[in-house]
Amino acid sequence: MPAVRLHDASMRFGARVLFEHLDLEIAPGEFLAVLGPNGSGKTTLLRVLLGLTRLSGGVVEIDGRAPKRGSHDVGYVPQQRAFDRDLPIRGRDLVRFGLDGHRRGLPFSSASTRARVDGAIRSVGAEAYASAPIGLLSGGEQQRLRIAQALIGDPHVLLCDEPLLSLDLAHQQAVSELIDTRRRETNTAVVFVTHEINPILPYVDRVLYLVGGRTAVGTPDEVLTSDGLSDLYGTDVDVLNVRGRIIVVGSDDTALTEPGGHHHHHHAAHHLDTHGHDGGGASH
Amino acid sequence: MTATVLYLDQPFAQHALIAGALVAVTCGLIGPFVVTRGMAFAVHGTSELAFTGAAAGLLIDDNAIGGALIGALIVAGVIAALGARERERDSAIGVILAFGLGIGVLLLGYYRGFATAATNILFGNIFGVSNDQLLTLVAIGAFVVVVMTFVFRPLLFASVDADVATARGVPVGRLGLVFLLVLALTVTAAAQVVGTLLVLSLAITPAAAAQRWSPNPLAVTGLSIAFALVAADGGILASLASTTVKPSVFVTSISFGIYLVSRLVGPRVSHRNRGSASDTPATDMVGSA
Repeated sequence: MPAVRLHDASMRFGARVLFEHLDLEIAPGEFLAVLGPNGSGKTTLLRVLLGLTRLSGGVVEIDGRAPKRGSHDVGYVPQQRAFDRDLPIRGRDLVRFGLDGHRRGLPFSSASTRARVDGAIRSVGAEAYASAPIGLLSGGEQQRLRIAQALIGDPHVLLCDEPLLSLDLAHQQAVSELIDTRRRETNTAVVFVTHEINPILPYVDRVLYLVGGRTAVGTPDEVLTSDGLSDLYGTDVDVLNVRGRIIVVGSDDTALTEPGGHHHHHHAAHHLDTHGHDGGGASH
Repeated sequence: MTATVLYLDQPFAQHALIAGALVAVTCGLIGPFVVTRGMAFAVHGTSELAFTGAAAGLLIDDNAIGGALIGALIVAGVIAALGARERERDSAIGVILAFGLGIGVLLLGYYRGFATAATNILFGNIFGVSNDQLLTLVAIGAFVVVVMTFVFRPLLFASVDADVATARGVPVGRLGLVFLLVLALTVTAAAQVVGTLLVLSLAITPAAAAQRWSPNPLAVTGLSIAFALVAADGGILASLASTTVKPSVFVTSISFGIYLVSRLVGPRVSHRNRGSASDTPATDMVGSA
């Protein structure tokens, strides 16, 4: 049974079509990247899989069942964001929310809860800082704990919404690697929404590209081509492969938000950084 | 000191201490959530407008606490209707607060009862707590404690991380409404002790002080309640020994003193219990956006 199945799925808000006739099956353990410009429906797709938004038409299933809000079948990793320094929450509290944060009562913990939280923290290598206030942790440390939070319920599908955004390159690599390792170990399907394919390119099995109501699905090599993306965008687009990194350049930069587009100068910088910082900040 | 001991036999002092303890427990309990949710100004706004409600209550029915309760609930409803965005909410609260205070002053102008009624609303009248008022406070306190115990964990989740809480099935919006209701009740009760102007000294200060000692949410809540208890009942006891100084002054001073000490010697000032020294703090975000 596929971990995720979309059949003839469509999503529109009024006259605006985000996607339609989308057929997609994601196998257990598969790593799917969801790409596309802002407002193309990437986050909406995640909301559908989380059970927060209904499809306008078609069928969506997680493990053969309709997505249910708050289900342990899916884990969710959001964007990194700054926490207040004084926030009375430790890393381990954040992780534990993934297990029982929705349940009423006071958060006293039994030995078995503690053991599970400890296990989840260990699995992402966050033991050293899990008891520190969350507001004092770096973005990379926070995202590790987020992943532990998302995985503590042993989901079959891990949904990631731009989890690398605002992380530096070393942390982008470390966090992507962690997600990849986990999905292989536990056969968890990964749906990874991102502006920026390059940090996860080595791990991605297939790509779902959304642009203005049109969709393309396939391996990165199949989808991320000049012809393919020109078709999708309806304008001339060049896909360049520079030293293992993919750069998308449009004749009209404003039409392409990412990947590539107005950010392609960053890719060059990243490329240099890669050699300077390999493994630098990534603590294991 | 001997005067204090003498007074302890008196019902007015006993009522005061019980009322103080009730208010301290409820304020200490909601305080960490107020701080976490960035609602200090909402508390202030609610309490100031409880003043308007109290003035209206005095005028209509000679019932300040009933009026304050209604006033606070109306404000909580308005804040809820204004929505979640903190910045918008704060300016809207400021606007309502200014207007509401004006109305309160107008209403008090028409009040022909005891001249001290106005200052009692603003600065508290802990030694004038009647049996009925005490029962009201007990009911409010019990309700707040029960509700907060019930919603504690999901409310914490929603307060820290609304997006993920929503994804995990937490009814974030509904919990926010419940919290506003609890807040309005707590503020009304606290206003009886320290007055509407000084509610923050029990609803914010103990929680802010508690945060300096631990990042553990349960420990912070426990400390916050303990600090609020020391400030409220400590202030009441201290004022029994004084003939001139109002209890609110002692309550706010003790509360502020605890905060100062916590800030100065609390372990969280520069402490960072973490291992990977190579990591950069979250605010130093380098690289792509």
